[in-house]
Amino acid sequence: MNAIARLGAIALEQFRGWGHAAFFFLELLRAVPASLRRFGLVVAQIHAIGNRSLVIILASGLAVGFVLALQMYYALVTYGAAESLGLIVNLALVRELSPVVTALLFAGRAGTSLTAEIGLMKAGEQLAAMELMAVDPKSRVLAPRLVGGIVSMPILCVLFSAIGILGAWVVAVMLIGVDAGNFWSIMQTQVDVWRDVGNGLVKAAVFGVICTVVALYQGYETEATPEGVAYATTRTVVISSLWILGMDFVLTAMMFSTP
Amino acid sequence: MGKRGIETLVGVFVLLGMLGLVFLALQAANLGAVTGGDTYRVSARFENIGGLKVRAPVRSAGVLVGRVSTIALDPQTFQGVVTLDIDRRFQFPKDSAAKILTSGLLGDQYIGLEPGGDDANLAPGDTIAQTQSAVVLENLIGQFLTGRADAAGSGGGGGSGQ
Repeated sequence: MNAIARLGAIALEQFRGWGHAAFFFLELLRAVPASLRRFGLVVAQIHAIGNRSLVIILASGLAVGFVLALQMYYALVTYGAAESLGLIVNLALVRELSPVVTALLFAGRAGTSLTAEIGLMKAGEQLAAMELMAVDPKSRVLAPRLVGGIVSMPILCVLFSAIGILGAWVVAVMLIGVDAGNFWSIMQTQVDVWRDVGNGLVKAAVFGVICTVVALYQGYETEATPEGVAYATTRTVVISSLWILGMDFVLTAMMFSTP
Repeated sequence: MGKRGIETLVGVFVLLGMLGLVFLALQAANLGAVTGGDTYRVSARFENIGGLKVRAPVRSAGVLVGRVSTIALDPQTFQGVVTLDIDRRFQFPKDSAAKILTSGLLGDQYIGLEPGGDDANLAPGDTIAQTQSAVVLENLIGQFLTGRADAAGSGGGGGSGQ
């Protein structure tokens, strides 16, 4: 009987957490229009979230492009299809790798700093002080960060794809000597702007919302102690990553199920 | 760093994103390669369209002149009806032939247009009369095998008779 009661308590606790997070998300959305009126705050957050993630995103994109091109070349050259290398790298990046890898890096690079920042603000009672001064911390602190994350993520994803394809071009065309004309023209006939590039961007935007909301929620609900903030930061990465991977499957199934 | 500096950096960031998008759309996807705007539409009927897809290229002498816009089945004749959007710059004689071809051994299928000798050109809405269906590999192998069996059978019979 005791075990069943425990199970019930755990289930109720889970549901309470979910409901809490959902209400947090709705309140955050309601605070977005107010934050857009103070656009300077949003710009500062795009700088902190987007610009500062640029180096890691570009470096990773280039590395992924290099390695994909090299591996695909070895696999494809046995079938005499080395020229489709550009197409395969392009589709792999634009449809799947860019949104997912960018989001995972984004959770690690930007999500953690958001959680730590908000968590420390809470631990230092800055958020409570704002409330005392009748300033809503959700619209003054959290909403600009949400908008910054949603704006930054698709841009980072596009740059990841672009630099990855350029990296593949460097390896395939300049180093290995695949024909440049075919490299680009096969891509141009087979990659569709709306179906492939567009859907990749939709994924990136969804992941941007997930990463930022998870990070802000963890920071906002953290236990106001050093251990609490450390724990919340770790949870941000774990929860965002699992959400991204799960949502990616759902989105892929929805977007690409019909050829 | 002042407010101005941050705004400039964010501006550069957003601009980079736009450049990336333009690169993806024009250089690495089909937006630049589409025969833009001015096209006319003709249709062709095939016994079997094989693996032809919407947006597959239409080529004449290997040069891209248009794209497949729709594929449907005629419920009366049970033929595949394929409509083609062809660039207005290219006019083809009325008796041109449309074939479904494959690029490379395992590549995608496309439509090859072979110009005929008629003086009049294809007008929008016309139907291309001469068509050649896609080669279905299984049928080809089937024909090859039965051909071999026939040849072996008749050859063997002839041998025993003499």
